[in-house]
Amino acid sequence: MKHEPIAVPPGDTRDHLIVIGNGMAGCRAVEELLARDPARYRVTIIGAEPLVNYNRIMLSPVLAGEKTFDEIVLNGFDWYADNGITLLSGDPVVAIDRAARTVTSRSGLVLDYDRLLIATGSDPFIIPVPGKDLPGVIGFRDMKDVDHMLAAAERGGSAVVIGGGLLGLEAAHGLSLRGMTVTVLHIMPTLMERQLDEAAGWLLKTALEARGQTILTGADTAEIVGDGRVEAVRLKDGTTIPADLVVMAVGIRPSVALAREAGLDIGRGIRVDDHMVTSDPAILAVGECVEHDGQVYGLVAPLWDMCRALADGLAGRPSGYRPAPTSTKLKVAGLDVFSAGDFSGGDGAEDIVLRDASRGIYKRVVVKEDRIVGAVLYGDTADGNWYFDLLKKGESVGDIRDVLIFGQAFAQGGGQADPRAAVAALSDEAEICGCNGVSKGRVLACIDGGAHSLDAVRSGCKASASCGSCTGIVESLLALRLGGEVEAGPKTLCKCTTFGHDDVRREIVAQAMRSIPEVMQKLHWATPDGCSSCRPALNYYLLCALPGDYIDDQQSRFVNERMHANIQKDGTYSVVPRMWGGLTSPKELRAIADVVEKYNAPMVKVTGGQRLDIFGIRKEDLPAVWADLNAAGMVSGHAYGKSLRTVKTCVGSEWCRFGTQDSTGLGVKIERSTWGSWMPHKFKIAVSGCPRNCAEATIKDFGVVCVDSGYELHVGGNGGIRVRATDLLCKVATEGEALEMCAAFIQLYREEARYLERTAPWIERVGLAYVQSRLLPDAAARAALAGRFFYSQRFSQDDPWAARAAGDAQDIHAPMARFTPVEEMA
Amino acid sequence: MTGDWLDIGWVEEIPLRGSRTVQVDGGDDIAVFRTGDNRVFALLDRCPHKHGRLSQGIVHGGAVACPLHNWRISLATGEALGEDRGCTPTVPVKVSGGRVLLCRAGTLKAAA
Ligand code: SRM
Ligand SMILES: Cc1cc2nc3c(=O)[nH]c(=O)nc-3n(C[C@H](O)[C@H](O)[C@H](O)COP(=O)(O)OP(=O)(O)OC[C@H]3O[C@@H](n4cnc5c(N)ncnc54)[C@H](O)[C@@H]3O)c2cc1C
Ligand code: SF4
Ligand code: FES
Repeated sequence: MKHEPIAVPPGDTRDHLIVIGNGMAGCRAVEELLARDPARYRVTIIGAEPLVNYNRIMLSPVLAGEKTFDEIVLNGFDWYADNGITLLSGDPVVAIDRAARTVTSRSGLVLDYDRLLIATGSDPFIIPVPGKDLPGVIGFRDMKDVDHMLAAAERGGSAVVIGGGLLGLEAAHGLSLRGMTVTVLHIMPTLMERQLDEAAGWLLKTALEARGQTILTGADTAEIVGDGRVEAVRLKDGTTIPADLVVMAVGIRPSVALAREAGLDIGRGIRVDDHMVTSDPAILAVGECVEHDGQVYGLVAPLWDMCRALADGLAGRPSGYRPAPTSTKLKVAGLDVFSAGDFSGGDGAEDIVLRDASRGIYKRVVVKEDRIVGAVLYGDTADGNWYFDLLKKGESVGDIRDVLIFGQAFAQGGGQADPRAAVAALSDEAEICGCNGVSKGRVLACIDGGAHSLDAVRSGCKASASCGSCTGIVESLLALRLGGEVEAGPKTLCKCTTFGHDDVRREIVAQAMRSIPEVMQKLHWATPDGCSSCRPALNYYLLCALPGDYIDDQQSRFVNERMHANIQKDGTYSVVPRMWGGLTSPKELRAIADVVEKYNAPMVKVTGGQRLDIFGIRKEDLPAVWADLNAAGMVSGHAYGKSLRTVKTCVGSEWCRFGTQDSTGLGVKIERSTWGSWMPHKFKIAVSGCPRNCAEATIKDFGVVCVDSGYELHVGGNGGIRVRATDLLCKVATEGEALEMCAAFIQLYREEARYLERTAPWIERVGLAYVQSRLLPDAAARAALAGRFFYSQRFSQDDPWAARAAGDAQDIHAPMARFTPVEEMA
Repeated sequence: MTGDWLDIGWVEEIPLRGSRTVQVDGGDDIAVFRTGDNRVFALLDRCPHKHGRLSQGIVHGGAVACPLHNWRISLATGEALGEDRGCTPTVPVKVSGGRVLLCRAGTLKAAA
């Protein structure tokens, strides 16, 4: 056996601290120690993994392809060198001799220690079923496991993930993004049951299924089947699921074998006192391998507290570890899940719940004796930190109980003029970065110390340097501290409010608000009657939420929608009557010709949307023009509205030698069913009779391309400055299905896009996969969307021109008074 | 319509947060605005930018957003607000016994 291979600098008489485990807690403990007393110990770190210290939490983003290994390194080789730390990696410790105060590594090194720190973390729990040792069955714990999964994904095929907790779902997400067919087996009835309640677990399951994963709950694994390597997983009920890879993510067990061999006091983990000292005073332990006061841990936040207590002790200023509640976030892009504290209910616990089914939001805050004891948030986790802060401080929420569930911005009412009030109001102890355990006070200190950009804060105090979910808050803190010097802050609807578009919509729906003043009152608008940005948006959000019931405000509509015509630069208007599907008739053409002559319209032209546009009509003449057009059976073409504009068609099978379907007929049907509807932005449709696509359907918001076997439905196209071709939504066989899908798509866009966001940027923001997940797998959900669209159409499909022609709102067309100076002089 | 003030109608004929116009033969229209808190202002109906009809804009607070390119014009001073520079002539106006009265001289001068 080799003994002491490490060259100790001559004259270095410092105590030797050996750390077993080069993971998150071990290295953090050393960092904390260096921060307090850099010269006190000579430090050696021995790690089983052949790597430098990296952020284990971020293995999930590495698997998902969002990060590379280099990006998740916490301390590179230079850190060890700069701090005089000896690193022995890839060589696990196999024995501790407490009497001799030595450790022995697998390669045979024997090292003397004065103090020993055990930070060996956890091992994945492998359920003891037949076949568990087959090649292709792995855990999800370290970089080696990720490499294994990436290699498997490279080969393609199916993966089975056993365990529907945080780890399992992150593994499933990554494998699914990497192209594998993924099945998640979970023994409990709902996913992540330790962090989420039933409702949130169900929402999560639905969302994951919509993304293409198969989730089996109540699934009890009996056996892993395979000849020489894994081939399938068999459940107790006999179901067999083919598998080229099996990931076991059912839980972790503290890694205590070494400590047990050494005769230390072990429970579920290595027992330690408040200063992280084990039953042997020369040996400390920290991280997931320890048991403190009967508790073992599986998240990093409490480990950081342990590391601080440990370093205080080693530096001779003992403080003591106090367990604190923990919170969890799921790191799956696009799925916002947060939980904290205890939400099991029980005696005297009261639930405050907010659900928004259509937007997939669920929030539940559990209150006991006026104090928050737990919170579960799904779909919108922005207020997670605030609830968690209140929970940890045990502050009374009696005063704000009624509005607690709407979140901080709402509950704290005042200070609305400052969009950063929410962050400003957090206490200094409030945890901002859960991954790295950084409090608001520390972020501010770091900014005050000269870190004036997000990157500087990230390298200065590590806040927002890991999973990034707190980036928005850190940006707000920067803005708060540095004023105008930093660009950032959550994007609000306009400067009249601290709420964003989505928040406002959510509140309008949640509180069934009916009018703009009501919204402004309830959401603490900072201006008395809004501005030209928020008023039209609010009017739209109200009409979309409560069609037939909301109170429309004409003064909040842009002039074109108020006048039902397009204003021109000289103050006259243009008039475009509807021509269904671009079809017209002698009678219509005659009526248009008559109008042009009768009102001296200087120009009439064929538009790019297959209609006729009459230009230069004076606002006084509009009602009369409309009356004449109405008499010939024509209605408003809505060429002026944030609404359905035109449905363009080509000739199609009735005449064209290439036509496969009746594109003209279908276009007319679609226009009949969609005209008059108000939208977040203008909306254009086209139907082409074959893939030659003469109607240019693939740059429309909704486009139909007919083919022999049915109809290809395309979405999200846009002309304009930045042309965007459509994405293929799906293919359907019948006209009926095409009409339903069109209505459902429009309604999804109406309900979820932000005002003035056309379908192209909207789809780029939320992703085609999301839109498909809302429209394709679930026929009932699709029918419900279409149903809501047709319901709202009952209120908007009446011709606005007819009412004006009949004498409605004459005031806005006529001057209030006339003044003839000459006459006056006389 | 005699004297120094032109009586143009009842204040209720102008919608809250809205506007009406007064035609001046041989000149530009005058836009008469009524704000959300019931104050009345009159301006030449011509945006200092590219002559948009301010009467067709969205009235909010004490300003109107022009319908053509969304400049915001102060109703009290006619000045463009924010980054934009320009000014529209204002016309003195008052409300008396519920009637809106426009200053004759001001109207002539503005519309000329
Ligand atoms: C009349 C028409 C031009 C024509 O004579 O052919 C026209 C005229 C205007 N277009 Fe257009 N567009 C017309 C077809 C189109 C098309 C072609 C089409 O619909 O198939 C496009 C490209 C397709 C698209 O929308 O993506 C088109 C892309 C735009 C855009 C860019 C949209 C975008 O999202 O980027 C604007 C600007 C906007 O809306 O903000 C625009 C804006 C306008 C406005 C409304 C500008 C305005 O705000 O005053 C013009 C109104 C003129 C008026 O007073 O009538 N127009 N415009 C066409 C009316 C079609 C109809 O019958 O309703
Ligand atoms: C994929 C994944 C995602 C996660 N996501 C989150 C999250 O979002 N939030 C959160 O709070 N937590 C998360 N965790 C948990 C978090 O990573 C752990 O709580 C944390 O890493 C525990 O730190 P530790 O130092 O105790 O153990 P580890 O980081 O595992 O470090 C222990 C190290 O000791 C080494 N070792 C073991 N035995 C020996 C030996 N005999 N000799 C030498 N070295 C040895 C191991 O190889 C390992 O490198 C996640 C974990 C995983 C695997
Ligand atoms: S799209 Fe096809 S069917 Fe329609 S007109 Fe062109 S060639 Fe004919
Ligand atoms: S004309 Fe008024 S903003 Fe351009």
